[in-house]
Amino acid sequence: MRQVSITVNGAEHVLELEPRELLVYVLRERLGLTGTNVGCDTSSCGACTVLLDGESVKSCTLLGVQVDGHEITTIEGLATNGTMHPVQEAFHEQHGLQCGYCTPGFIMATVSLLDETPNPTEEEIRHALEGNLCRCTGYHNIIRAVQTAAGVEV
Amino acid sequence: MATTITELEVGRVVGAPVERKEDAALLTGQAKFVDDMSLPGMAWMAVVRSPYAHARIADVNVDGALAHRGVIAAFSGEDLADEWLASLPCAWLPTEDTNQPNHRPLAVDEARYVGDGVAVVIAESRGEARDAAELVQVDYDPLPTVIDAERALEDGAPLVHEEFGTNRCYTWNLAAGEVDDEFAKAGVTIKERYHQQRLIPNAIEPRGVIVQPFPATGELTMWSATQIPHIARVTLSMVTGVPEAKLRVVAPEVGGGFGSKLNVYAEEALALVLARRLGRPIKWIEQRSEGYNATIHGRDLIQEIELAATSEGRIRAVRAKLTVNFGAYLQLVTAGTPLFGAWLYSGAYDVAAYDFECTGAFTNTTPTDAYRGAGRPEATYAIERAVDALARKLGKDPLEIRRLNFLREFPSAIVSGLTVDSGDYDAHLDAALEILDHDDIRRQQSERRERGDTKQLGIGFSTYLEMCGFAPSRILGAIRYGAGGWDAATIRFLPTGTVQVLIGTSPHGQSHVTTFSQIVAQQLGIAYEDVEVLHGDTAVAPLGMDTYGSRSLTVGGVAAYHAAERIIEKARKIAAHQLEVGEDELEYENGTFSANGKSLTTKELALQAWTAHNLPEGMEPGLEASFVYDPPNFSWPSGTHIAVVEVDTETGDVDLIRYIAVDDVGTVINPRVVEGQIHGGVAQGIAQALWEEAVYDEDGNLVTGSMVNYLVPSAAELPSYELGATTTPSPTNTLGVKGVGETGTIASTAAVMNAVIDALVPFGVTDLDMPATPERVWRALEEART
Amino acid sequence: MIPAPFDYEVAESVEHAVELLGSREDAKLLAGGHSLLPLLRLRFTRPALLVDIGRIDDLRYVRDAGDTLAIGAMTRHHNVQHNPLVQEHCPVLSYAAGLIGDPQVRHRGTIAGSLAHADPAGDLPAVLTALDAEVVIRGPEGERTVPVGEFVTGVFDTVLGPQDVLMEVRVPKVGAAGWSYLKFTRRAQDWATVGVTAIVRRSNGTVDNSAIAFTNMGPKPVRATAAEQALKTPDDIEAAAAASLEGTDPPSDTQGSAEYRRHLAKVLVQRALREAISR
Repeated sequence: MRQVSITVNGAEHVLELEPRELLVYVLRERLGLTGTNVGCDTSSCGACTVLLDGESVKSCTLLGVQVDGHEITTIEGLATNGTMHPVQEAFHEQHGLQCGYCTPGFIMATVSLLDETPNPTEEEIRHALEGNLCRCTGYHNIIRAVQTAAGVEV
Repeated sequence: MATTITELEVGRVVGAPVERKEDAALLTGQAKFVDDMSLPGMAWMAVVRSPYAHARIADVNVDGALAHRGVIAAFSGEDLADEWLASLPCAWLPTEDTNQPNHRPLAVDEARYVGDGVAVVIAESRGEARDAAELVQVDYDPLPTVIDAERALEDGAPLVHEEFGTNRCYTWNLAAGEVDDEFAKAGVTIKERYHQQRLIPNAIEPRGVIVQPFPATGELTMWSATQIPHIARVTLSMVTGVPEAKLRVVAPEVGGGFGSKLNVYAEEALALVLARRLGRPIKWIEQRSEGYNATIHGRDLIQEIELAATSEGRIRAVRAKLTVNFGAYLQLVTAGTPLFGAWLYSGAYDVAAYDFECTGAFTNTTPTDAYRGAGRPEATYAIERAVDALARKLGKDPLEIRRLNFLREFPSAIVSGLTVDSGDYDAHLDAALEILDHDDIRRQQSERRERGDTKQLGIGFSTYLEMCGFAPSRILGAIRYGAGGWDAATIRFLPTGTVQVLIGTSPHGQSHVTTFSQIVAQQLGIAYEDVEVLHGDTAVAPLGMDTYGSRSLTVGGVAAYHAAERIIEKARKIAAHQLEVGEDELEYENGTFSANGKSLTTKELALQAWTAHNLPEGMEPGLEASFVYDPPNFSWPSGTHIAVVEVDTETGDVDLIRYIAVDDVGTVINPRVVEGQIHGGVAQGIAQALWEEAVYDEDGNLVTGSMVNYLVPSAAELPSYELGATTTPSPTNTLGVKGVGETGTIASTAAVMNAVIDALVPFGVTDLDMPATPERVWRALEEART
Repeated sequence: MIPAPFDYEVAESVEHAVELLGSREDAKLLAGGHSLLPLLRLRFTRPALLVDIGRIDDLRYVRDAGDTLAIGAMTRHHNVQHNPLVQEHCPVLSYAAGLIGDPQVRHRGTIAGSLAHADPAGDLPAVLTALDAEVVIRGPEGERTVPVGEFVTGVFDTVLGPQDVLMEVRVPKVGAAGWSYLKFTRRAQDWATVGVTAIVRRSNGTVDNSAIAFTNMGPKPVRATAAEQALKTPDDIEAAAAASLEGTDPPSDTQGSAEYRRHLAKVLVQRALREAISR
């Protein structure tokens, strides 16, 4: 077992972890932050996407012990005082989710995308989301949601 | 942020693109899917699965697992054999002589497909269960395997179930009209053979189940990522012997299904029995690669379709023969899935004679079952590809052939025996062509052909007719389906003025809470926000037939509507009594009854009903009503989809550059929800045409064993879709709705493949198997060259 | 899936990493983890000890070293893609790094991790082979430099010994050369079915020299030396493409058969050369 300190959504947590514990399970089962979902076992689907020091990563492809001393933001950390983040708002407005299982991953990937590329074209958006899979929406409204969050009229 | 909902006038909610109630929890990570749940004392289950497609199970030794740290118990299939009172359920045995294997949740003597469960381990943690499962030692004696359905039906093929002496599950027929006659005198005939490749549904949430036992009472609660909590309850009671009244099944938030969760699985039965046996909550969550073998697959059939037509192109007869790969066992609807398309191999066309035959075969592969469209995408594919082939043979425009043959008089009794309720196929074809700018795209296509561009354009059409709104119970009985097709709603108007709607459908992304709120709010003349829709829990909404086959709105929504009508009827009686007028003297609008300058709202009447101080003589207190609705017919969405592809004739790469969908789904409750369903459905059908294929090797190993090489497309692969809509309300139900959950998938595969072939026809290619991978396209071009 | 259990140590320096690797049999280096973790999760590999070198910030850099760029082993693909020095002096590397996996993978995967993993379908080994890059390795015996073309020895196989740590990648600046990297994939997030790197130096209508390398046309990256030799002028593109298959041994898998890959390779060589020459 190894003791680590991870800051998640602004709160520091000191945890005793088995090295093999994946970050996604640390978040979900150690910290009860079940918003981040597991959709596959080959790093293909992106449902587990969170922010690590502000950058999107797949939390299923990281060990909890690897992020000792780092900052994680999960979907639960986006809204502030009950007010949804603009990206969350945009997904709602544009009907960018149906079953919602892939949605936290898409939202975190979008936050990271817009941080790096504030005015992406449709093609740039589609490519930036190539690591996130959705089976319900056909992506059309997800793209609209990202565009809306970027301030583009859709 | 201004909400569109509060600005909506009460009474104008239906038809408006209101934003969803479902979103708040999902967007913030608060929604509870089954893996989000944890119970005190919970233990983890791991299933040991056969690595062989066919093998005798000589011995199962769980001692190694039992010795592992954290392990509570471990069982072989034989250890648990006495727990099962019935086979895992099969809801549809289409013929009297259908061969139905006994399907135990854990195999005892023989493993029949890679992934077949042979043992189970229960441990204190997820990791320990997985580690210990590796320590179960199973002695297998490998047996010959058969993977392909046509091969399975040949003499001498290895038998999947020796007891039957054959791999044939059944042969089912439907025939009408003088088919042989029509073929004999036809001006032109075409004969085509298509392979509907096997697909893996890949809902992004894997399957999972938690069972909580209450040993003192014998009650059990099961949370399962399922589309069918009610059907699961009934059937699992039969399988495990847990009395139905002591079994509660809850579908929590469910992350997509597409048919893959329209089933009753071994792991659910195992979790129930083990929770009962061990007296502790049991949790099982599927790993994705595990699920590739353990969760049902879609499609996998060979279609032979023949058309007999006049030399003008008027289709007189259709013959369709299917050979279907059922896999090793019959899951819930395995046997019937291809038959959902049985009436539709004539498509949107008026045909005089029809012959349909379907043979199902067992093989040593994962069982197949319903996957979005279930039988209807296959039917649409066959007829829409065949119509294009007919057009090519006659040297005619494929659109001309379609228009020549469209059904036009509605209701239309089609030759296969059912009645299409309403439609206007010219309308959606015209609308789609306008969105496309048909002349312009054909001009571009010609120019590229003349120039000999490397990248050529192809335009493909799919004018589909489908049947859904599953289903009139008497028809289900006539075709030997084991349950009914009704659905139910109960509306409770609470004394403080808010309303609960208990529905029998079980949404997993389809926005039932939103759309049923719209229907009920409008009927009762109350605010959209004042309606709470409860679903998916047999203790809360006990009556229902769940969600699949695009039935929830068409059956469940209509039930809710009629229940709301009954609420108004009762409210009217109370109002008349309290306002001291005859019922016919009352005016009613948007939730308010008025007469002689006095009025009462439905909310006020709900309180009155509850206090019961002044009710009409003999009336029962309370303002609650139920309705169980059995649809008199299927519903018949139709539409025109158009795909434009760009084919790189050097690499074979196909790029879908435009996709147009104009659909007639009858009355639209929420246009946003409808569009979203079409987007998602279309994406899955496109994926079948261009990317997805579940491939087995000769030994029955799934070569495409993970999301790395089974290709579910991302946003980077797909275009934005261009949607239009036409409407011919359904006369079959009061709302006029037809259903939309599967239409996108039903239409799109044919549109895309027709487009690819359209691009390649000048090169001499007129046929292509799916998916149209770059290599397939390249090989087709090479072969045509030589 | 959950990996099988393993021990974990954090390396404070490269020397420390070498030492830790020597402390156990079956120890493996963990960098970004995006090649290793997928193997661990499916239990395709079960190391006894993971040595995390991902924390050594000193290994994350891009430096101008005169004729070459020196790229620290732990530099992530995202940073290789966006680094101004790489963009200016080695644009083909920047471009190729931006095609690896998806954005989340690129935020974590490292240049050394990719190289050491030596997946025949990985982009960087092939691109770096075309660039005549070198790697600096620190082991128990000290430091040594190995050309990338000799570094990869087979499928998932390199010259790295059990205690070796890849420290730096040295990439020659391409100067005025035209370049192209064509990665043919089924989906954007997929590995290359076939990839072609082309770097062409021209003067006065002739080709001074070129480097053409294949991704996923054999167990290791393949330099298409016969094609390079055939390319004497821009008119020799077809001839070069025809000669390019020499030395290749493409796999057959669900993404394509060997036969198709051979055809695709020639098409891509032509297109890559055209693009490189046009820059």
